[in-house]
Amino acid sequence: MGYFSSSVGRKFFMALTGLFLVVFLLVHLIANLTLFGGPDAFNAASHFMGTNPLIQIMQPVLALGFVAHIIMGIILEYKNMISRPIGYIKNNANANSKWTSRNMIVTGLMIFAFLFLHIINYFIPFKTTEIHNHYEFVVELFKNPIYTFIYVIAFILLGMHLMHGFQSSLTTTGIRNRKYQKCIEQMGVAYSIIIAIGFSSIALWFYFVN
Amino acid sequence: MSILNSKVPEGPIKDKWTNHKNHINLVNPANKRNIDVIIIGTGLAGGSAAATLAELGYNVKAFAYQDSPRRAHSIAAQGGINASKNYMGDGDSDYRLFYDTIKGGDFRSRESNVYRLAEVSKSIIDQCVAQGVPFARDYGGLLDTRSFGGTLVSRTFYAKGQTGQQLLLGAYSAMNRQIAKGKIQMFNRHEMLDVVIVNGKARGIIARDLVTGEIERHSAHAVVIASGGYGNVYFLSTMAMGSNATAAWKAHKKGAFFANPCYTQIHPTCIPRGGDYQSKLTLMSESLRNDGRIWVPAKLEDAKALQEGKLDPNKIPEEDRDYYLERRYPSYGNLAPRDISSRAAKERCDAGFGVNKTGEAVYLDFASAIQRYGKLQANIQGIVNPSPEKIIALGEAVIEEKYGNLFQMYEKIIDANPYKTPMMIYPATHYTMGGLWVDYNLMTTVSGLYAIGEANFSDHGANRLGASALMQGLADGYFVLPYTIGDYLASDIKTGKIPTNTPEFEEAEKAIKERIDFFMNNKGTHSVDYFHKKLGKVMWDKVGMGRTAQGLKEAIEEIREIREDFWKNVKIPGKSDDMNTELEKAGRVADFLELGELFAKDALDRNESCGGHFREEYQTDEGEAQRVDEQFSYVAAWEYTGKPSEAKLHKEELKFESIEVKARSYK
Amino acid sequence: MNLTLKIWRQKSAQDKGQIVEYKVKDISDHMSFLEMLDVLNESLVAKDEEPIAFDHDCREGICGTCSLHINGEAHGPDRLITTCQLHMRTFKDGDTIFIEPFRSKAFPIIKDLMVDRSALDRIQQAGGYISVNTSGNSQDANAIPISKPNADESMDAAACIGCGACVASCKNASAMLFVSAKVSQYALLPQGRIEAKDRVTNMIKQMDKEGFGNCTNTGACEMECPKGISLNNIARLNREYLVASI
Repeated sequence: MGYFSSSVGRKFFMALTGLFLVVFLLVHLIANLTLFGGPDAFNAASHFMGTNPLIQIMQPVLALGFVAHIIMGIILEYKNMISRPIGYIKNNANANSKWTSRNMIVTGLMIFAFLFLHIINYFIPFKTTEIHNHYEFVVELFKNPIYTFIYVIAFILLGMHLMHGFQSSLTTTGIRNRKYQKCIEQMGVAYSIIIAIGFSSIALWFYFVN
Repeated sequence: MSILNSKVPEGPIKDKWTNHKNHINLVNPANKRNIDVIIIGTGLAGGSAAATLAELGYNVKAFAYQDSPRRAHSIAAQGGINASKNYMGDGDSDYRLFYDTIKGGDFRSRESNVYRLAEVSKSIIDQCVAQGVPFARDYGGLLDTRSFGGTLVSRTFYAKGQTGQQLLLGAYSAMNRQIAKGKIQMFNRHEMLDVVIVNGKARGIIARDLVTGEIERHSAHAVVIASGGYGNVYFLSTMAMGSNATAAWKAHKKGAFFANPCYTQIHPTCIPRGGDYQSKLTLMSESLRNDGRIWVPAKLEDAKALQEGKLDPNKIPEEDRDYYLERRYPSYGNLAPRDISSRAAKERCDAGFGVNKTGEAVYLDFASAIQRYGKLQANIQGIVNPSPEKIIALGEAVIEEKYGNLFQMYEKIIDANPYKTPMMIYPATHYTMGGLWVDYNLMTTVSGLYAIGEANFSDHGANRLGASALMQGLADGYFVLPYTIGDYLASDIKTGKIPTNTPEFEEAEKAIKERIDFFMNNKGTHSVDYFHKKLGKVMWDKVGMGRTAQGLKEAIEEIREIREDFWKNVKIPGKSDDMNTELEKAGRVADFLELGELFAKDALDRNESCGGHFREEYQTDEGEAQRVDEQFSYVAAWEYTGKPSEAKLHKEELKFESIEVKARSYK
Repeated sequence: MNLTLKIWRQKSAQDKGQIVEYKVKDISDHMSFLEMLDVLNESLVAKDEEPIAFDHDCREGICGTCSLHINGEAHGPDRLITTCQLHMRTFKDGDTIFIEPFRSKAFPIIKDLMVDRSALDRIQQAGGYISVNTSGNSQDANAIPISKPNADESMDAAACIGCGACVASCKNASAMLFVSAKVSQYALLPQGRIEAKDRVTNMIKQMDKEGFGNCTNTGACEMECPKGISLNNIARLNREYLVASI
């Protein structure tokens, strides 16, 4: 596999796994938004997610995607670091690029940390214990202010990560060009905001309203 | 009979090159592998020659003082490259290109060489397109052209305002292909410091590795000088900071005759100079004269007010403006050739009509072009009764598309918006037509030593037309030298490798080392630039656009004094076995200080005005250059005899068989 | 104006190097940045000190020789220019200016502010050309019409001057913008299509070998590029490379 051992190939791999996670996030958000529809809606959605064969097949693939994206990200970051052994004493990077684009590893690793928490809080109980009312379970969790706070911060970080990641992945996969450039950039911003606000609004809604 | 043999083939002019190619000696492909060629300089001429010779099978060693062949100063050529393609159907032909070039050169170039240049010009365009040079195209996908000074047809091909860059990158890419194959051995950051002559033949060079300071010997069966012109003798010019005459001058000192050193081109459209700190002048492409109109105020009081910064040029009414080129040269107008346009600017400024604080600038105004294009665009877009603002906006958009990068460059340097106030321009040294004397085969008077591109003298006579330098560089490198060098090398197939441990190499290396040691140990008081600036001032004031016998005599004296002072008082810090930019400059300026004197001597010797060489004593009542054909229809080739002042003149008579010699008129 | 300069000085590739502070006085607004350094160098020579080595040649923004990381940006704070086109009017009296060399593992320092960018040459040698010999018999230049938008876009990519500002600005020291400009120039022309696959594959291979980092599309290169080479070229490079690998 010469392709994936090259810098461009590795980046392509990063972009592909990233785009896969982008799709997953959207599905996840749609499922979560059913929380606003009350217990019945969410429980039905939850049941669907927990039993649909396609989703079950995709679960390990998704896990693999996460792991691959994270590991490759770390490898690439290391390679990039050693590409400039002596740094600048004065570097005005904000003049030419966005903080979010330069700090994907920071936002990425923090999201990774949150992912652990998330898996412990939801995924494992959902899978291992018999919870009949998923809706209740979720609402209960968001009564905890610390948890809600972490949750919101994580999704702001995720939004930042996506703000660069979305359009970056479309450049790396070669989809961007002069014509689509604007559209891709705007879509990236819109998507990131939707994801960040969508997930956070659920947390905030249940914390404040309930 | 002169000892100069130009080796021009017999026969009608249009058959000379073909016949010559058919009859010269060739080197068998298998034998080419055993032959080494050294090329000094990797601009358009050197780069294209290196690539082509390597493609043919020779082992090429190419040298550049820059860190990459791609940085040679050919890259700065903006406007375009001429070729007699006649794609526009405006009556162009090889003959017309030939005629325009001869006439543009004020009948001081060698007819046969110029015809050959015109003949191969078409192949250059074909070759460059095949290489992937992105020339400008029209909406039908075919190549676009524009007009340049001194011609009545549109034959200039271009790639935005970066034609030289694109052509050089084309040659560079061809070189890269050969470097990767090992056929070209590239020596970046190396400077040639002498040519080595063995038994009367050029057999190698001494070069300095500019990073380590090491002095190296390199041998070859032939040496090609493609190191460009000597315009930096003026200190301020449009040349690159590193452009130098050392390779050509060292070749001259080893026996190659130097021809017509006084033919220098002063380009009319450069950004005027600012203060003493200025290190270089920036050219604004001649293509701007397609659309810009050149003027100065007609009234002295307006000029005075402009000089004091009290008047806005836009406030000067049309009737108080003097469009002097249109007035003096109605048929060519703003597209009059460079020498004529430059002189006309100097004439107006000397008369007190200059428009900036130094009084050394004229306007290049795009207002009427903006109006013209604006109205045209309004028509095209079907806008009925457009407002004046709309017309200006539309017109400015057209101008921006055509010259945007140049306007931006101007704005950065001068800090004024050329869309709104007219650009200020003034002539500056840009190109040197003179150079090493070469025969029809491009060989100098030293066997096996060739000179191509701007480094030789052959094709532009006393003045070069715009967009012809790129043409000549590539013609020499791609299509002339690769043939003619074979004629000479055919006798070298059994020679074998040239050893570098011979006394000739040793001696040359020793002389170089001694000179470097002298510089390093001289406990001087002034930096190299101090002397270079002094030389430049003498050259500009007395050997510049207008020359007089008196001024030239003074210049010769003054240059000699500066040279003596230089050798006594130059100061070089640092070490010689290390990167030392001051040491590099010292060597170059030492050579300029000798060349400058020969330059002035040649100008003094040529008692006539022709092209870029304007002797104030020789002008018509209307102030035009007056040639003295009976006495000066020759190439002045100078032989070095130990001192520039004692250089010996050899004349190559110029015969014009295919063209009628007449006064050069652009009226 | 009077300025404080903090300049990286390093005797040779092996030397460690450090920032040295200099003061310059009476600098004119109209000077170019390099002319300001000339003034400083003249004063150093007068004091028998070694002048600061920096690369420069054409001083009109086209040869790509000049470099310098000025106040944290390649070619200084202004846009679409090279260092030699940067003018002192960009700065104010009393400013402190940091001047550092372009930094990358692939650009070893030669001396002071001078770096070795031959890695970029080697990438070009790996495939940045169209394999056509000089013959004088190539087909007529107008034999293959090329659509104006393609010709123009090819020209825009070809405008790259190989200065290395993209590498210097990139947080990863990636040379993708440079490589993509060359690949794009040829990819957009019919003449260049014939070798397109080998070209992109070989150039990327060489790029990786030289030790440049990976592109993460931060866009810093595009912003700092003196010739405004677009990030779209990087997308095209990725596309070309993907197609070449399938």
